[in-house]
Amino acid sequence: MKKHIFTKIFIGLTVLFFYLPIVYTVIFSFNSSRSLSVFGGFSLQWYQKMFKNSDMMDSIFYTIIIAVLATIISTIAGTVTAIGLSKSNKVLRGITEQVNNLPIMNPDIVTAIGLLMLFSSLAVTKGFMTLLLSHIMFCIPYVILSVMPKLRSLDPNITDAALDLGCTPLQALTKVIVPQITSGIFAGALIAFTMSFDDFVISYFVTGSGVNNISIMIYTMSKRINPSINALSTVIIGIITTVLLILNITPIILEKRKEKMKK
Amino acid sequence: MKSFKSMAYPYIIWSIFLIVLPMLLIVIYAFTKEGNSVINIQFTLENFARFFSDKVFFNVLKRSFFIAVATTIICILLGYPLAYVTARMKPKSQIVMVFMVTIPTWINMLVRTYAWRGILDKSGILNSLLGLFGIGPVQFLETGFAVILGMVYNFLPFMVLQIYNSLSKMDYSYIEAASDLGADRLHTFLRVTLPLSIPGVISGITLVFLPAVSSFFIPKLLGGGQYVLIGNVIENQFLTSGDWGFGSAISLIMAIIIIISMHITKKLDKDPSSEGGKL
Repeated sequence: MKKHIFTKIFIGLTVLFFYLPIVYTVIFSFNSSRSLSVFGGFSLQWYQKMFKNSDMMDSIFYTIIIAVLATIISTIAGTVTAIGLSKSNKVLRGITEQVNNLPIMNPDIVTAIGLLMLFSSLAVTKGFMTLLLSHIMFCIPYVILSVMPKLRSLDPNITDAALDLGCTPLQALTKVIVPQITSGIFAGALIAFTMSFDDFVISYFVTGSGVNNISIMIYTMSKRINPSINALSTVIIGIITTVLLILNITPIILEKRKEKMKK
Repeated sequence: MKSFKSMAYPYIIWSIFLIVLPMLLIVIYAFTKEGNSVINIQFTLENFARFFSDKVFFNVLKRSFFIAVATTIICILLGYPLAYVTARMKPKSQIVMVFMVTIPTWINMLVRTYAWRGILDKSGILNSLLGLFGIGPVQFLETGFAVILGMVYNFLPFMVLQIYNSLSKMDYSYIEAASDLGADRLHTFLRVTLPLSIPGVISGITLVFLPAVSSFFIPKLLGGGQYVLIGNVIENQFLTSGDWGFGSAISLIMAIIIIISMHITKKLDKDPSSEGGKL
């Protein structure tokens, strides 16, 4: 029994450790005073300051638009590539998978300086396009990685049968292959979205001309104590939590509806 | 069938330009310097010589390595028990617990790291809490403690999830067999559970050590200007002093340290896992 209490305390403490900073940020974003430790009362002043600050609002806009575009493009590109690779010969597939693993295995800062030097060597102006390209670049590998196992477990005979029965390759692709790997595609898209949404290191090196995402904004603003950061942080926490909740609750609701239909 | 194959070609070209070429640029810049008017670039080892001859840089390297090792060890010591306890829970509680550990990793690292500044600050909540007991105020920020805390906080979930994965996949009948054969709980753990979970620990180490050794915003946010790690030096070379050659050389040195460390870790894995295989 004693042991049981000990484990409970241990779990409690680790959960507290994990969530303390998150809860702290949310609570203190509504603080009416500048204090870091005393909650002076409920106020929305830091949110007002955030909405009035055009740099902060721009950073939210850029973060969302980049994450959405990077997710859509990398999910399509990654899925297409994975299907292509699954039909390629072993050598080509092996080499591409190795290269594909590089951005995942490399420390972010190495990928970041590589891209920085690439863009600068080609004299590309750093800004929205370089940021988007970089995000697509580091998102595709994760999509490929989550789609590949699904493709490997596919029975190639089904595709062959579809083709033999008169499907065009495009029909075989959209009506036979893709429906069987949807869960992998969605998982890849989810990883891509959060990777892009949360990225700091790579974005920090490859952006320019005033295009900042939320992470860069927090990094540059954090030199001084500024409670508006808590408001901005709370917005991010809110968005990610909502996305996670929708993704986790939707399947449950769908299933319940299906059960009701059966009844 | 041929038409499916060609679907991979655009990405192969893309990855040559956006993955392979940047890596090549790092190597090229690290080993070259601007030459005379006849030859544009020259081979050189100057960048590496400069790094190892300057004590300041070497100390930064040592410090980064120390911080990353300390972070990894603390993550194992905290993460293993948590993963172990989780793996022994009822299936439903396991899902909840894994979810609880995973959620923070989905939230922006900078957001979560910045929050620690408010908590650890001299006028922050931790110090006001300590003040109730008449302790402090203690200077937490801008110390190695804050940096390691920030890293453990950010990377611990990876360790927990990896160890949990290997523990939950484990066949429970091994443990039953061990106790049937007369092993007490400690022996069962040491000779059965632990060896079988080593692969999880190893991949956990990879996921913690690698980002810890190269991190530059955690030391910047929590260590202030006092705590310079190798990532900060690289950042400065590229964004402040513009010395790409030197910056590339440092990144290569860091990459080599990571590769060697991973190699040693994998070697260490071999003995216990082969023992585990004999079970």
